[in-house]
Amino acid sequence: MITQIVFWFFAVVLIGSAVMVVSARNPVHSVLFLILAFFNAAGLFLIAGAEFLAMILVIAYVGAVAVLFLFVVMMLDVNFSQLREGLQRYFPVGAAVGLVLFVELALSASAWRIAPNVRDLPHARVPGASSNTEALGELIYTHYVFLFQACGLVLLVAMIGAIVLTLRDRPSAKRQDVAVQHARVPADTLQMMTLGLGESTTGNGGFRRPIGKSAEKPVSRPALVIENSPDREG
Amino acid sequence: MGAVAPANAILLAAILFGLGLAGVLIRRNLIFMLMSIEVMLNATGLAFVAGGARWGQADGQVMFLLVLTLAAAEISVGLALILLLQTRRPTLDSDVGNRLKG
Repeated sequence: MITQIVFWFFAVVLIGSAVMVVSARNPVHSVLFLILAFFNAAGLFLIAGAEFLAMILVIAYVGAVAVLFLFVVMMLDVNFSQLREGLQRYFPVGAAVGLVLFVELALSASAWRIAPNVRDLPHARVPGASSNTEALGELIYTHYVFLFQACGLVLLVAMIGAIVLTLRDRPSAKRQDVAVQHARVPADTLQMMTLGLGESTTGNGGFRRPIGKSAEKPVSRPALVIENSPDREG
Repeated sequence: MGAVAPANAILLAAILFGLGLAGVLIRRNLIFMLMSIEVMLNATGLAFVAGGARWGQADGQVMFLLVLTLAAAEISVGLALILLLQTRRPTLDSDVGNRLKG
């Protein structure tokens, strides 16, 4: 009885917050109602006996997805006057399609009969799993291990995609170019010389950059060298 | 689902899915469309968990893990796309983005 009351409470609040997510004017309010919807879904998962997934829902959805939404919404400069322009225009079509889909789903769910001998079919059974987390772990790493690996691959591809999409290559940024570094040879930047006895570097022109090389390759910055070439002395 | 009939949970999931679909169709802002997609994915996860709890099995919960992963991947790439679009266009209205040129 108490389970029924809690279920209906969570269900009503979940539907109400979903309506507010769709119909809110301010996107920040919408994200906050989305967080409320996630919390209520976590409560429903607790009723269904999926404690681990309820915690995962709160951590992953509320802690990561909704906060990411909040960051992006606050980063963007949302024009509130434009937000509601198309709402009246598309409301009949959207509401009609949503209603038709809901009626179809409800009809198919109400006409759905489960075969009485379906429990005899060979499907994944967990023998002697005591807790929900234990049962989930034994299923993930045995029957659904390839699905689990595919989840990891999907996350990897999404991570690479998000990084590639948002990576801005600013020309003023100082970055390490490994190819240029490897292409550098000592002859580009250094000149070996021998100083005579008693001569100083200032008498030979001091420390200066090599002429000509640095203008062609601006990326490889030459070091200061001691110039003592004979053509420069005259 | 314990003392709750699974048909009620499936009905709740259907309502949520219809709401999310209506939100995707009604709202023209890309952020709201992404949030409506989140509501739809949440509805599918609810249906999976309710169906798994009907038989006392954890298979539906494994499916919800997959849905969770897909939702996280979709939202990260979608928000990255929104950030890119915001820098190139003055608005996030999805009706404006009907021309395939940058």
